[in-house]
Amino acid sequence: MNAARLERPLQIGARFVAFGLIALAILWILFFADNTNFGPAIDDPRNFTITLLNGLTFAGLLFIVASGFSLIFGLMRVVNMAHGSFYLLGGYIAYDIQQEMTGTGFTVPGAEVNTLEWVLPALAAAASIALLGLVIQQVFLRWNQGQELRQALITIALSVIIADQVIAHFHDGIAVNITWPGWTNRLVDLHIFDAQYSLARLGLLGIGIIVGGLLWLWLYRTRMGMVIRAGVDDQHMTSALGVNIQLVFAIGFVVGSALAAFGGAVGGSQGGIASGQDGQWLLNSLIVVIIGGMGSLLGAAAGALLYGLVFSFSAVYLPQGSTEYAIVLTFVLLALVLAFRPHGLFGRVG
Amino acid sequence: MMTPSAKQTAERAIAAGALLLVALGPLIFSDYWVSFVLTQTFLMGIAAASLIFLSAYGGMISLAQGAMAGIAGFALGNMVTNASSKGLNLGWNPWLSVVLAILITIVVGLMFGALASRSTGIYFLMITLTYGVLIYYFFGQVTEVSGFSGISGIARRAPDLFGGGEDPNRLYYTALIVAILVYLLIRFVLRTPFGYALQGVRDDPVRMASLGYNVSLHRTLAFGLGAFFASLSGVLYVWWNGQIDPASINLQNTVDLLIIAVIGGLARVEGAWLGAFAFIAINNYVRDVSVPILGGSFNTVIGFIFLAIVLVSPDGLMGIWDRLTTGRRRPAFGATVEPAAATSGGAARGTSGQVAGHGTKEPPREGGGK
Repeated sequence: MNAARLERPLQIGARFVAFGLIALAILWILFFADNTNFGPAIDDPRNFTITLLNGLTFAGLLFIVASGFSLIFGLMRVVNMAHGSFYLLGGYIAYDIQQEMTGTGFTVPGAEVNTLEWVLPALAAAASIALLGLVIQQVFLRWNQGQELRQALITIALSVIIADQVIAHFHDGIAVNITWPGWTNRLVDLHIFDAQYSLARLGLLGIGIIVGGLLWLWLYRTRMGMVIRAGVDDQHMTSALGVNIQLVFAIGFVVGSALAAFGGAVGGSQGGIASGQDGQWLLNSLIVVIIGGMGSLLGAAAGALLYGLVFSFSAVYLPQGSTEYAIVLTFVLLALVLAFRPHGLFGRVG
Repeated sequence: MMTPSAKQTAERAIAAGALLLVALGPLIFSDYWVSFVLTQTFLMGIAAASLIFLSAYGGMISLAQGAMAGIAGFALGNMVTNASSKGLNLGWNPWLSVVLAILITIVVGLMFGALASRSTGIYFLMITLTYGVLIYYFFGQVTEVSGFSGISGIARRAPDLFGGGEDPNRLYYTALIVAILVYLLIRFVLRTPFGYALQGVRDDPVRMASLGYNVSLHRTLAFGLGAFFASLSGVLYVWWNGQIDPASINLQNTVDLLIIAVIGGLARVEGAWLGAFAFIAINNYVRDVSVPILGGSFNTVIGFIFLAIVLVSPDGLMGIWDRLTTGRRRPAFGATVEPAAATSGGAARGTSGQVAGHGTKEPPREGGGK
């Protein structure tokens, strides 16, 4: 049997199956999802809208964290396994700073937090982790460039150490909540299908879009961004053209780490910070960039969107009694992407 | 410095001595050492050996091996328990269940391997890490097959060859024999045509593809074989522990397995059991330490040890031995050169930067062909 002759029909067949699955899923959600929590979308458009927004806002947070991960890999080919630890540490630092500013010792009620008391902790957390990232990059990752596996192992070791240190020094790793500024603590009337939605959660989406916009501006409209994109494409050539590639790497790692920590502050405001979330957010970042492709801003956005939507819809629109299988759908998404684009939707080969 | 043949003789002598020691284990060591430290060394070593087999000879560092072992363990637990309040409670014949558990794991391994087979090096590591954590979340959330906090009350079923009842020595010898068989099987596979082709795929996928080998298929089959070894470890674990819960295969466990493999030496299969022993010994005797100045616990210690090993001797303990005896070391990370996939065109960047000393590698190919 000639394997080559089998390949083209198999490819077409596989593509058919994939599109068929996606179409089936959309039709199910819209029209046929009878024994689920909410019922099909035509019967309950309000909850459909809310689920959609849940997915989009989660995608916003995913994008913030995963874009940093993608940037670090795209630029330096370093898989920063400590990215989740940066998220965790950043979240706890933001919490501690907010506690210092508002002085209560436990979860601060929203009414007592003004905008500065949220923004400052978030930015300070981002700055401290940026500094930590710089130190780590200079001490551990600068001298062994090209040895990707070794660098991945180093960052794994660092993530173990950081995670343990967090438990030792930050409230034993118990769950804490950062508080959004008080004025976000209300529902917004969306004027669509009578849906109302939390302003704070919409803030997640807004922050994600702003971060995306800023990253885009930086990467595509500044000189430094241009150099970084050149470094992502071909680091040796860029260096040969006289660019101080070590400086570019350092900046890339610093920005990536800062994004992780900022994501920690944002995520900590939304769902709390607890030890164990470093593994969770490393997984989230991995999934987003595997789907979207490494080193691509658009890929991070696409991956975050797909993962966020699948995550949100699978929790709600599976038949009752099977909702615990939601995680399987995440895997199906991953499998679909890997089967057709082993390097992610927008990833480049090599 | 020794000649390679002298080194081989020395290794064989040491191995024989060690085997004699563990064969007489229950007579020499305390019960605690036998049933806790050594049995665990054998079974974790098997899982680590599957990781090292894939990394050293397949060029694929897989972080999904612990999760594969977990699949086998949960499958076995579900099939064997009868009157428990958790899990599927199928109550099937224990030996049939073992075979089925192993088969299920192999099928899952082949499936995962097929999906990941077109990625190499760091991409592969990321994908398998994702697999590992997804499997953990699967068992954490799908409580039908995992019980609410695990399946317990699983009877030991070590073969009836070494005395009766639930004597821990039976499990000790079973684990020891399985470990030896796994090691011999790995050595055997490496000398088959499949094994040589696999090593070729590790070294140069593009060339192997142009020679007509199906690179993805070799990687998939290798991953399936790794899943088989891991499933053995999972079955032994369930027999040893009497229960299994999702926390047994969490991210910590995945990283622990990687630490074992790196400590022992990613380049040599013998390193699996060496690393497992070192890890479990440290685990035992450093448990309640508190780190001076920094604070933190045992995990900080093991993290620093891991970091030190990766920085100083990436080939682990076996690498130190190799360097002491012959002054030359086998590369642990030699398999991760680009080109990333068999289908990629650009070959020029293939040889930069990776660990030196990969003896059989030729200098970069000229563009116009030779």
